[in-house]
Amino acid sequence: MITGISIYEILTVTSILFFIGVYGFLTRKNLISILISVEIILNASVINFVIINKYLYPDMLQGVVFSIFIIAVAAAETALAVSIIINLYRQISSVEVKETEIMKY
Amino acid sequence: MIVFAVASVTSRKMLRSVIYLLFVLVGIAGLYFLIDYNFLAAIQLTVYAGGIIVLIIFSVLLVHHIELELEIAKFSKQLVTAFCCLIGLGVFLFTIYSYEFNPIENKISTTTADIGTLLLSYEDGGFILPFEVISVLLLAAMIGAIIIAKGNKLTDTNTPSK
Repeated sequence: MITGISIYEILTVTSILFFIGVYGFLTRKNLISILISVEIILNASVINFVIINKYLYPDMLQGVVFSIFIIAVAAAETALAVSIIINLYRQISSVEVKETEIMKY
Repeated sequence: MIVFAVASVTSRKMLRSVIYLLFVLVGIAGLYFLIDYNFLAAIQLTVYAGGIIVLIIFSVLLVHHIELELEIAKFSKQLVTAFCCLIGLGVFLFTIYSYEFNPIENKISTTTADIGTLLLSYEDGGFILPFEVISVLLLAAMIGAIIIAKGNKLTDTNTPSK
């Protein structure tokens, strides 16, 4: 654990990060920006897993393993989302949310 | 880190927003280094800063003109969303600060070998099944991404035979 920094402060930072991600998710109008916001949200939750594992149950490793799985799933999700976005751009030449009306061609 | 996160969701230039996200991810990796989880920090740096950022930059460059200004939401909508987020943040912080955590003083440093043993152990508390499932998931995501991105050409080759 970090000497001099309590668990409360780190949890505060991660909740702020989480809600910044939520804010970006709700306000941006662009698919790639939404993807970026989702990355921020996922990262905030991963930090929570790791911090709680380190501060409260330091002799176990479950939090670390779960965060590795979350990172893997996030990587898969990003790859799929990017391929969908590029395919969508080839079809309708736009990545704005409001112009994405048909997902099935 | 917080400043860069705010910049990343409010910047109007697409590419700058991605670079701000890169700074956020590197900051998170630094946090992992501070709490002595070196393996996790290395994963964070390679997968996120190395892989995902490059993917997003590729898609930005393929899709956008770099200097394109993004359309932003209406100011009233922004205000309402910020207000809701602040309420949610207040609820989170109230819950966190009203709960009594019992942090354990420790200097245990985790080696990569421990994580590897736990990931591949068959015994109680082992993670061999999710490990295998995640590898199948990554393979499926790879195949799916290729098929989606190549979708047009596949259907084009199929249509003349009809």
